[in-house]
Amino acid sequence: MKVYVPRDAAARALGADEVAAAVLREAKARGLDVTLVRNGSRGMVWLEPLVEVETGGKRTGFGPVTAADVAGVLDGTSKKALGPVEELPFFKGQTRLTFARVGLIDPLSLAEYQAHGGLEGLRKALGLTGEAVVKEVTDSGLRGRGGAGFPTGIKWETVRKAPGPQKYVVCNADEGDSGTFADRMLMEGDPFCLIEGMAISGIAVEASKGYIYIRSEYPDAIEVMSAACDIARKEGVLGASVLGSGKAFDMEVRVGAGAYVCGEETSLLNSLEGKRGIVRAKPPLPALQGLFGKPTVVNNVISIASVPVVMAKGAAFYKDFGLGRSRGTIPLQIAGNVKYGGLYETAFGLTLGEIVEKIGGGTHSGRPVKAVQVGGPLGAYLPVAQFDTPFGYEEFDAKGALIGHAGLVVFDDSADMRKMARFAMEFCAIESCGKCTPCRIGAVRGVETIDRIGRGDVVAIPLLTDLCETMKDGSLCALGGFTPFPVMSALRHFPEDFTANAKEAAE
Amino acid sequence: MTAAPGTDDAIARRTDEIISGLIGLEGPLLLIFHALQAEYGHVPAAALPRIAERLNISRAEVHGVMSFYHDFRSHPAAAHVVKLCRAEACQSLGADQLAERAQEKLGTGFHGTSADGKVTLEAVYCLGLCACGPAAMVDGKVVGRVDEARLDQILKEVRA
Repeated sequence: MKVYVPRDAAARALGADEVAAAVLREAKARGLDVTLVRNGSRGMVWLEPLVEVETGGKRTGFGPVTAADVAGVLDGTSKKALGPVEELPFFKGQTRLTFARVGLIDPLSLAEYQAHGGLEGLRKALGLTGEAVVKEVTDSGLRGRGGAGFPTGIKWETVRKAPGPQKYVVCNADEGDSGTFADRMLMEGDPFCLIEGMAISGIAVEASKGYIYIRSEYPDAIEVMSAACDIARKEGVLGASVLGSGKAFDMEVRVGAGAYVCGEETSLLNSLEGKRGIVRAKPPLPALQGLFGKPTVVNNVISIASVPVVMAKGAAFYKDFGLGRSRGTIPLQIAGNVKYGGLYETAFGLTLGEIVEKIGGGTHSGRPVKAVQVGGPLGAYLPVAQFDTPFGYEEFDAKGALIGHAGLVVFDDSADMRKMARFAMEFCAIESCGKCTPCRIGAVRGVETIDRIGRGDVVAIPLLTDLCETMKDGSLCALGGFTPFPVMSALRHFPEDFTANAKEAAE
Repeated sequence: MTAAPGTDDAIARRTDEIISGLIGLEGPLLLIFHALQAEYGHVPAAALPRIAERLNISRAEVHGVMSFYHDFRSHPAAAHVVKLCRAEACQSLGADQLAERAQEKLGTGFHGTSADGKVTLEAVYCLGLCACGPAAMVDGKVVGRVDEARLDQILKEVRA
């Protein structure tokens, strides 16, 4: 029999390594012939470690499994049996395109990757001109999943048309936003998908070299991606002649060093060059003058990992999912104080309320939901009153919010929104690269101003609003420019949390 | 004559070897810092002038890059490092109370070392474990759903 125990960091954080050791130990004690596979996570984090046992071609899930449960799992007597994972409501409701293989296959088996549709997109791309590949990506409607939502195909076309003997493809895997873990799960669960996407991009824009910049906080992702690159190189997926096509593309994994701002693309490029992760003014666009001043595609992990399925199944197939100008699927990351937390890939268009209440099952604490922060530390806090907002780029923009990298952090009614606003400013002050004044100084003044308000000095509220306007309009990048989103949304939707002390003082 | 390990000469020599292995790569400075820190537990001051010379950049630039990134240490950490996530998703599940408890128990603030010298406490902003918070990293190993009891157990283990 085959036993799957995830090697995903979330599963490991909940004891998957101990479970895997117990599987080997108990199998030996029973004289069972067990093949242990360390797969990716199926994304249902509340069930991790989620163990699957495969006999006669059928997989049955068990979870959450502890080492003590393993004997029962192998004997078929465990009360933690879940049935086939695909039939669980949380899984069944999803449309898994980008994450189709995550949790299903051995992440480092290129044979299994290909048996589940892997490399089809790359093979197709190798038979097309760069222009045709870029057109397919453009037609799919795929937009940057890192947060900015810029059309991926248009970015690629700019790089493709830019002249120059050396161009680069850079994958931004500096997933620093709280509430997001899709990049991590993809890299740990299906690394070849990202490599395939990188290769397609490189071939389309005629870039022979790629880099994946992974944050140092993700040691598991670094390990799996590095191993996958070695395998891909050995098997001819990467190298001087990609799949024997005569076209060259190779790539390297690079590791960040704990600077949040390096998730900003120009700061990331500086970091890759071995410099301080300071933001660059735009223009020039990285597409024209990026890494080492050369034309460079900079895309998020999920954007690049969505390209293989676009190429394999066609732009029309992908574009068919979604709403408005938000096409395709989006891997929602449901996190924080939530009952059923995890990764849920679906077409754009579900309302925020459906995601939080129906899929996420409300709060973990059982208390009422107070707010949901969408899009990481630079995303707005949305109150329950806005739960009818459909999940899409423009739809969130209209509410003064953003979907960012599609992470949702749920807070119950014990959250103090003035404290959360203060944290947003404090975080910006800690992580500011220091290049522009509104961010470097504004964030520090922001913390002080919110503290003044906290002491009951409500006169400081218009000052905070004014400061946020300055940071929004005057900052070079999204760190200073978007920190006002969480601050102002907290102030707008939860003014009582800001004026609580003022009332007491007046009484 | 070989210099004794740990002396400035020995560090400079080892730095040279590390640089020689990496200098062929594009933008090698962060790779060099990571390699030095993996070996010494920090980036020794004696390594910086060698890096500046070999990469043909100023010592100020080398210092500027090293000090920009939170990860690179100028001094070694304690034998054990406990990182607690302080970002929003973990805050929604009580990370702030855990942070206070850890500081109190260890008798140190963040980025400090406990009085017994055994544990360095650090803040981290997101480990990507946002659906099973509060999260921590103990000597490089990730831990999810850290409550008070789990924290106490972690601290007991690393101080044993």
